[in-house]
Amino acid sequence: MEYVKNVVCPFCGTLCDDIVCKVENNKIVGTINACRIAHNKFVHTKGATRYTKPLIRKNGEFVEVTYDEAIEKAAKILAESKRPLLYGWSCTECEAHAAGIELAEETGAVIDNTASVCHGPSVLALQDVGYPTCTLGEVKNRADVVVYWGCNPMHAHPRHISRHVFSRGFFRERGRPDRTLIVVDPRETDTAKLADIHLQVEFDRDYELIDAMRAYLLGHEILYDEVAGIPRETIEEAVEVMKNAQFGILFWGMGLTHSRGKHRNIDTAIMLTEDLNDFGKFNLIPMRGHYNVTGFNQVASWESGFPYCVDFSAGEPRYNPGETGANDLLQNREADAMMVIASDPGAHFPQTAVEHMAEIPVIAVEPHRTPTTELADIIIPPAIVGLEAEGTAYRMEGVPIRMRKVVETDLLSDREIVEKIMEKVREYKASK
Amino acid sequence: MSEIILTPLDQPDVPLEASNIKPDVFAGKTIDEIKNIQIFHGNTPVKLSDFFEVAGESSENPSEIRIVVEGDVDRTKRIGKGMSAGEILIKGDVNMYVGAEMKGGRITVEGNAASWAGQTMMGGELEILGDAGDYVGSAYRGDWRGMQGGTIIVHGNAGNEIGEYMNGGKIIIKGDVNIMTGIHMNNGLIIIEGDAVARVGAEMAGGTIVVNGIVQEFLPGFEYLGVEKDIEVDGQTIPGAFYKFLGDHAIKGAKGTVYVAVRGNGHIVL
Repeated sequence: MEYVKNVVCPFCGTLCDDIVCKVENNKIVGTINACRIAHNKFVHTKGATRYTKPLIRKNGEFVEVTYDEAIEKAAKILAESKRPLLYGWSCTECEAHAAGIELAEETGAVIDNTASVCHGPSVLALQDVGYPTCTLGEVKNRADVVVYWGCNPMHAHPRHISRHVFSRGFFRERGRPDRTLIVVDPRETDTAKLADIHLQVEFDRDYELIDAMRAYLLGHEILYDEVAGIPRETIEEAVEVMKNAQFGILFWGMGLTHSRGKHRNIDTAIMLTEDLNDFGKFNLIPMRGHYNVTGFNQVASWESGFPYCVDFSAGEPRYNPGETGANDLLQNREADAMMVIASDPGAHFPQTAVEHMAEIPVIAVEPHRTPTTELADIIIPPAIVGLEAEGTAYRMEGVPIRMRKVVETDLLSDREIVEKIMEKVREYKASK
Repeated sequence: MSEIILTPLDQPDVPLEASNIKPDVFAGKTIDEIKNIQIFHGNTPVKLSDFFEVAGESSENPSEIRIVVEGDVDRTKRIGKGMSAGEILIKGDVNMYVGAEMKGGRITVEGNAASWAGQTMMGGELEILGDAGDYVGSAYRGDWRGMQGGTIIVHGNAGNEIGEYMNGGKIIIKGDVNIMTGIHMNNGLIIIEGDAVARVGAEMAGGTIVVNGIVQEFLPGFEYLGVEKDIEVDGQTIPGAFYKFLGDHAIKGAKGTVYVAVRGNGHIVL
């Protein structure tokens, strides 16, 4: 058995970079340091079906074909469409993203990543009001007040707390006892159980709570005795703790991005953080889900000027979540073809969106059998980045980390597949 | 006034983008030339006559032109975008961005309008007889300069974030609105004659919002100033008694004013 050290985990946005993989006969058979979710990704969950050959649906049945045939058919679908949608991207590397954006431009498509059903509201808000952020290393070494708002890292980002909050840091020598932990969540989650202060905010009233906090922080009286189910005095106490922080950090998740108000919840949370900098140092970091969801936003921003929901139909990039998001296009029945790569909208999109997916041609660049591949007309299996292919990924706060290749495979990488589709699209267009 | 009649043929699933449907573009063109004006079907340029029958008479001067769209254009976006003069009458529903970046003239929509009606409007009049979607008179994404001038009147209901980052002009919603009316508003006037769900005037720094109906929930960052009768806003008097609030104090130096009708709203000044 061989031990491959310093492997970067391709699961969540924490991008743990200390995983050890046990490899036997070119197969990962065990891990050290990985959380349970990561372990399952590395060793492949029992029952998962892995595709190793491209498939095309012929007369309702999937038939094995060559890469060339699947790629040529995919290219033809995209080249002939009037409003193709290229969606997913969050479980692959940045070089594939760059190729994808070129493909979107060539086909006049809309390109969007899973941020639009995840931290897209955060991205919208930081465009409106800014982004006072720091690295996870700074959190570990400096933070004395840690706020988790609307997220439950004990389950969703299992090593986040142990690596950055419970761990000892340069200025926080004792680790956990040197930090005050505030959790804002309507439920008593396993993260909330660890908190020094748990603000049990009423469901969908996060914006009201932050509005009250900000008004109090600026020296105004809070209009009501109780806001979002929390007494005024408790809100004031929490603000005092945050105000007196030497180095505070606000982590937030879907509880804030997808409750009532969406991006405006983040907008006001960012402004709260900015105002807290009048007293001490305060930062925020979104709890990004997929390991490289952040990377796509970075690549799309530097390639097109916009982080997600980029519409190339007019020849120039345009952007308007609400119109050009994957769900907007599907639910408004605008898209006439879809390529899904490195994500599973078939499992996670609302029913009206999935219904439209079932009606249009769907190309799935996907290693496993998923609800999306069940809806697909073409399945092109790629090598899995971080296991079988290299590439760059961005950690949740925007630090780029090189993903390692642990085992060998004959499969093409996501980047190679996208580039080959691109070549065929160009050939097809030139022939017309 | 010369009238040009556009009769929509079948509206396609993949939407049309027709920012060229406006008097400024039609002016000085013959009907045959207007038929050949380019619009977009998804990513593909097409002729106006591929999706509309064109009839009537044009004029040299855009302010002399009235475009009548005879029917639903609920899969057509950006009609009247940036228009500066003349008139557009849409006898049905319309898709997103009707009258966006409008500078002058008049647009009437007899049906419903989808989101972003009158986005970053500078002047002119936009009247929607049915309902409007979200972001009526809003800013472009990421911009902090929303509607600058002009008037938007919606006779039905509207959605979220009406008058987002509004800097001037007037929006009147005769029906109800959802949440975040006047979010980040800096100047201008919004009048909601119906009810508002919550977060009226969220993060507003200036400007005035009047709600005549019921406000279900009000923000805790505002300061209650008392009851005012027969308020005067934008040179007109609105009769009745109103609770007056100053805020949103979540914003430094905020000077926004929100008036909420006393009738039915005792719960917000507990």
